[in-house]
Amino acid sequence: MSAITRDEVAHLARLSRLALHEDELDQLAAQLDVIISAVAKVQEVAQGDIPPSSHALPLTNVYRPDEARPGLDPDQALAGAPAVEDERFRVPRILGEEA
Amino acid sequence: MGAELLRMSASELGAAIRTGETTSAAATEAYLDRIVEVDGEVHAFLHVDREAALEQARAVDARLAEGAEPGPLAGVPVAHKDVFTTKDMPTTAASKILEGWRPPYDATVTTRLREAGLVILGKTNMDEFAMGSSTENSAYGTTRNPWDLSRIPGGSSGGSSAAVAAYEAPLATGTDTGGSIRQPAAVCGLVGAKPTYGGSSRYGLIAFASSLDTPGPFARNVLDAAMLHEAFSGHDPRDSTSVDAPVPPVVEAARRADIEGLRVGVVKELDGEGYQPGVLRRFHETVELLEGLGAKVAEVSCPSFGAALAAYYLIAPSECSSNLARFDAMRYGLRVGDDGTRSAEEVMALTRAEGFGPEVKRRIILGTYALSSGYYDAYYGSAQQVRTLVKRDFDAAFGSVDVLVSPTTPTTAFPIGERADDPMAMYLADLCTIPSNLAGNAALSVPCGLAPEDGLPVGLQIMAPALADDRTYRVGAAVEAALARQNGSDLLSGSAFAV
Repeated sequence: MSAITRDEVAHLARLSRLALHEDELDQLAAQLDVIISAVAKVQEVAQGDIPPSSHALPLTNVYRPDEARPGLDPDQALAGAPAVEDERFRVPRILGEEA
Repeated sequence: MGAELLRMSASELGAAIRTGETTSAAATEAYLDRIVEVDGEVHAFLHVDREAALEQARAVDARLAEGAEPGPLAGVPVAHKDVFTTKDMPTTAASKILEGWRPPYDATVTTRLREAGLVILGKTNMDEFAMGSSTENSAYGTTRNPWDLSRIPGGSSGGSSAAVAAYEAPLATGTDTGGSIRQPAAVCGLVGAKPTYGGSSRYGLIAFASSLDTPGPFARNVLDAAMLHEAFSGHDPRDSTSVDAPVPPVVEAARRADIEGLRVGVVKELDGEGYQPGVLRRFHETVELLEGLGAKVAEVSCPSFGAALAAYYLIAPSECSSNLARFDAMRYGLRVGDDGTRSAEEVMALTRAEGFGPEVKRRIILGTYALSSGYYDAYYGSAQQVRTLVKRDFDAAFGSVDVLVSPTTPTTAFPIGERADDPMAMYLADLCTIPSNLAGNAALSVPCGLAPEDGLPVGLQIMAPALADDRTYRVGAAVEAALARQNGSDLLSGSAFAV
């Protein structure tokens, strides 16, 4: 049995906002099947009540002083934008026609 | 004079510039000429701005003439990995999605290079978003290994390793998430260090896997690497995971190079089957060499290391799938298909499909899968538990030894194309380096000879506890000095690109 199907890859691509081609879906399904079968090894080792580690350092709640600092001016912030209008980022529509 | 400047170590060059024996402008020009001469073959750089580099160099010369003391590397050129933001140069992370992007701010590492008076020659090639072990995943072409142009220079920081190995720069920066400094250093015959996680700042470093990413140095010798390490490391309030502690005394350790009585553990699990015979031969000879230098060597078992690679290829893709969500075609970078008929979501999906290469897409999908409801516990959750076990193995080992050693990579540089269609085979290049990323401890790769079967460099990996980076430099410098005495020359002088 394969670990991951082509339909699952298509679903994951939608969740990841990746408009993949049909041939990419086929190729990825085959490759991910191999990779997922290999990395499933973690399940053999990680048994019982071992606490998870999300991080290498035992740091929590690092704060900086709440002081105003210089930031980017509008020209700097917009310098790399694909489209700009009236000192703002111009983006494609985010609501459907019926909205 | 040109070749003489190229042959000098970074520390010698820094001293020569300070004493007025030469100038930063002369050294920078020599390296820029060298880049023109060889980079057509090596392809280490994505961006070089000759005039801007010479201008930086003249500015440092002027600062020094006025009596400023920016540091021991003032005026020395450096190659900078294209994953660090630079406001005066494009920053692409070798991705089409950031083609031509000029960041509005400098990374902390960039700022510190400038403050220390280093001259940034240009930006180096890499695997796209630092995902890979060969630079074959760059959207701008593969870098070639100066030892053999048909082979990979390692990755992801392969442009940096190739630049230093081909004498196009005396120093280079890199980032190490699963081995991306140590593996390219090993296969190009260089010194490369992954500092303790949090020891060097991630601010302005384009994120791949934030709990693992660590900036570090490349150099032709241990002392130079230590000097660059010291120049850009240390606490940064702009990075919340930055360690608020002094930089370990790495330069002093590199000068000391004495390992009498040091307890060295050989990791049992990073040896034997699956390793190239010539790599193991040089590794075992070097362990004997350490014993001869007065180290106390013992075998140490780290049973969870066998699952570290699997845990890494769940944790890193999971973090990448989240980090790379920022490339949404709205505020900067590429935008595709915005013809007035498509929604923001459609434009996003088209842009990401066109802007990201195959390996990046593969890891985003894999990470999204591992984090999905229903699979989270079995994959990401289990991987985090393995991470705890790997840390425990290190803690137990460092209870009885001062440093651990292993080969840096299972094989020498492999031919370009050999593993390009087999992701799992490619991932195996990181087998020995990943445990230190998961645990966050310090690690360094130092050349330990050439493999007899192919004449290519082999790296020795030295691992030390978090914030004990100085121990890795101490052992590295001792190995380097002993091998130089034994062989009568340094390793790089045998490369086709030696000057």
